[in-house]
Amino acid sequence: MTEPLLKVRGLKIGATIYPPGEKSRHIDIVHGVDFDLEPGKVLGLIGESGAGKSTIGLAAMAYGRGGVELTGGEVWVNGRDVLQSGMGDKRRLRGAEVTYVSQSAAASFNPAKRIMEQVIEAAIGQGKFSKKEAEKRAVVLFEKLGLPDPETIGSRYPHQVSGGQLQRCMTALALCPQPDLVVFDEPTTALDVTTQIDVLAAIKDAIRDTGVAALYITHDLAVVAQVSDHIMVLQQGSMVEYGTTDQIINHPREAYTQALVSVRSIKHEEKAPTETPLLRTQGITARYRGTNFDVLKNINVEIHPGQTLAVVGESGSGKSTLARVITGLLPPSSGEITFEGRTLTPDLATRPLDDLRELQMIYQMADTAMNPRQTVGTIIGRPLEFYFGLKGKEKQTRIQELLDEIELGEGFQDRYPAELSGGQKQRVCIARALAAKPKLIICDEVTSALDPLVADGILKLLLNLQKVEDVAYLFITHDLATVKAIADSIAVMYRGEVVRYGPKSQVLSPPFDDYTDLLLSSVPEMKIGWLEETIANRKMESAGN
Amino acid sequence: MIRIPPAALVGLFFTTLFFFCAIFAPFIAPYGMAEVVGDVWEPSSSEFLLGTDSIGRDLLSRMIYGGRTTIFIATAATILSFVTGATLGFFAAVSGGWIDQALSRFIDLIMSIPSLIFALVVLSVMPTTILTLIVLMGLLDSTRVFRLARAVAVDITVMDYVEAARLRGEKIGWIIFRETLPNALSPLVAEMGLRFIFMVLFVSTLSFLGLGVQPPQADWGGIVKENKEGINYGIQAALYPAYAIAALCISINLVADWILSRTTSLKGGRG
Repeated sequence: MTEPLLKVRGLKIGATIYPPGEKSRHIDIVHGVDFDLEPGKVLGLIGESGAGKSTIGLAAMAYGRGGVELTGGEVWVNGRDVLQSGMGDKRRLRGAEVTYVSQSAAASFNPAKRIMEQVIEAAIGQGKFSKKEAEKRAVVLFEKLGLPDPETIGSRYPHQVSGGQLQRCMTALALCPQPDLVVFDEPTTALDVTTQIDVLAAIKDAIRDTGVAALYITHDLAVVAQVSDHIMVLQQGSMVEYGTTDQIINHPREAYTQALVSVRSIKHEEKAPTETPLLRTQGITARYRGTNFDVLKNINVEIHPGQTLAVVGESGSGKSTLARVITGLLPPSSGEITFEGRTLTPDLATRPLDDLRELQMIYQMADTAMNPRQTVGTIIGRPLEFYFGLKGKEKQTRIQELLDEIELGEGFQDRYPAELSGGQKQRVCIARALAAKPKLIICDEVTSALDPLVADGILKLLLNLQKVEDVAYLFITHDLATVKAIADSIAVMYRGEVVRYGPKSQVLSPPFDDYTDLLLSSVPEMKIGWLEETIANRKMESAGN
Repeated sequence: MIRIPPAALVGLFFTTLFFFCAIFAPFIAPYGMAEVVGDVWEPSSSEFLLGTDSIGRDLLSRMIYGGRTTIFIATAATILSFVTGATLGFFAAVSGGWIDQALSRFIDLIMSIPSLIFALVVLSVMPTTILTLIVLMGLLDSTRVFRLARAVAVDITVMDYVEAARLRGEKIGWIIFRETLPNALSPLVAEMGLRFIFMVLFVSTLSFLGLGVQPPQADWGGIVKENKEGINYGIQAALYPAYAIAALCISINLVADWILSRTTSLKGGRG
């Protein structure tokens, strides 16, 4: 057995937190984690937010983010304990032996400097290469990572390349100083699904070709299954399970891992469309003020009572704009929306109260969708008061009923949003929408900001509520797994147009148009070797490339 | 039990002291406001703690009554400027579009005229009463409050919860006072301390120039003016009101800082 490149023993990490209105106190984030990483191998760290993945990743560089302290244990890199080494030694470690790729390339690159300057900075600064050599190396890496015009792309500024390309530039940045270990911190999470697959393939090739070892951090088990040799499952700062990728994916032992593997396995029987649709858009075309570009082009879709229409597409495809048009926030330039047989006025301000009430909305970021200065009781109570004039005892009872319905129960009425978890926040937002007794709820990416298991819970809740309340959903998402789980009919959007529309079974069965095929095939599957298979069989290049 | 940091405690103590003296001036002051009780510029003694002023009035009594005038004018003008400025600022931010443009450009126009010059021009044609002073200072300063309130509110009105309120069909009043205001409070409160200080300085400046509070009514700026000749003879009378202005400004600032740091850590988190 070769000597491990990275050896972590009993790593403990703590932080000082400042809870609102209370004394600051010390908490443990990571409680003693052990693992080894051999040269050239890839270890996937997986877990939900708060599991300590990123913190462990950064500890491999002997670094703790603001307020985080590495309180105990050992981190051996190339045979020395880097936690004990001095500042100068740590400097030589970071950027030379260990490098880091962050989630948001757009936020990590300096917008005022050219890409090449930033890619070679560490390599030169660490004295590993001369400027000429480093530039040559960078061009080779650009080519290896499949970037267009590898010779010249370095002279562009970060805003002049796409998000997926920038993420690859960052990978080049990390690989340029010829490190022994690269920490990838959710490198594809912020990308569109069709772009993710290309970046993923590029990263995988680059890792293989350069023989570098990697820690690959992500919350998406299907993604990590494609790139890593071993996987470590983390939950709240402790290791749950460690094994080879094959073992974790195909034979998980722990209940938590099994739950992660089987996530998104909700079964939903498709309902047949009814005679009269609840909502119908006819020839909707829309553009934002001050632009000369149609964001939506001739959209014709229908939503049937008590059913779910899923609108799928990449960012920029116009999904959210469609929601804005339907709610009246953005009056369309042409076209008509009928709701329960009557025509909705294009502008929100002129709609009667009942139209507003029957059409509710749930947002992606539950954090910003609730006023931080209002209690849960006020947030849910306001629509009751506003639409139905409920007061006092009656209102209290109804609020509690709604809280029960979203499976939160007693004791939540007086809490502020900051005192809720991500999943609980989203549930409160659902309750606020339900309080209005709507016929249609527009769900705009409601699960994309949540951890997979929490998202699963929210989807199940939405499906149950649909059965009980007979409410229809317009479900906007970029995640096809979600669509498969809950939709009755599907509209696939691409650059402002609906390219495929119909009942779920029909949309999801061949023959596909090129775009739908690309979209469908890009959703990572919990299967080893999926990435290579898919790349080989593709008909169309990804759009956001 | 709230723990108050020492700096805030000092600020709180002096602020309370100043306001207490201002409110109960007639009961605290040893002599009447305009009562001539001794010789010109007598040094401090057990009879006249701070000595007497340029025409033989007790300086301590003048200071106490002067504080009452200065603090009253500054408080009233601050309240006026915040009510007007914040309401208009929020209204502009929430309405958006041409209403926002029209209001903002109008405010820019007023702000482009130096406020002291503006005040001098207005006061030279208007009767210089305390009411005129308050209204003038309040309205001039409301332009600053408007800018701040609008800037803060613009950030808040793009939040999803404001959009949710609009979709619900809420009227503008609810959006301003229930959704926006509570989230804009802490920067506004901190600004309020600062604006109050500027008001004190402003009214003192005007009085010093002879266009503010008119004699025999005492106010700190006026006392400096009345006694400024004494400085030539080494008489400190003009310095006491200056010390008072400085002390009030610093202590208010200390309190405002503390309030700002407390409100940001209130339940609900966001400042």
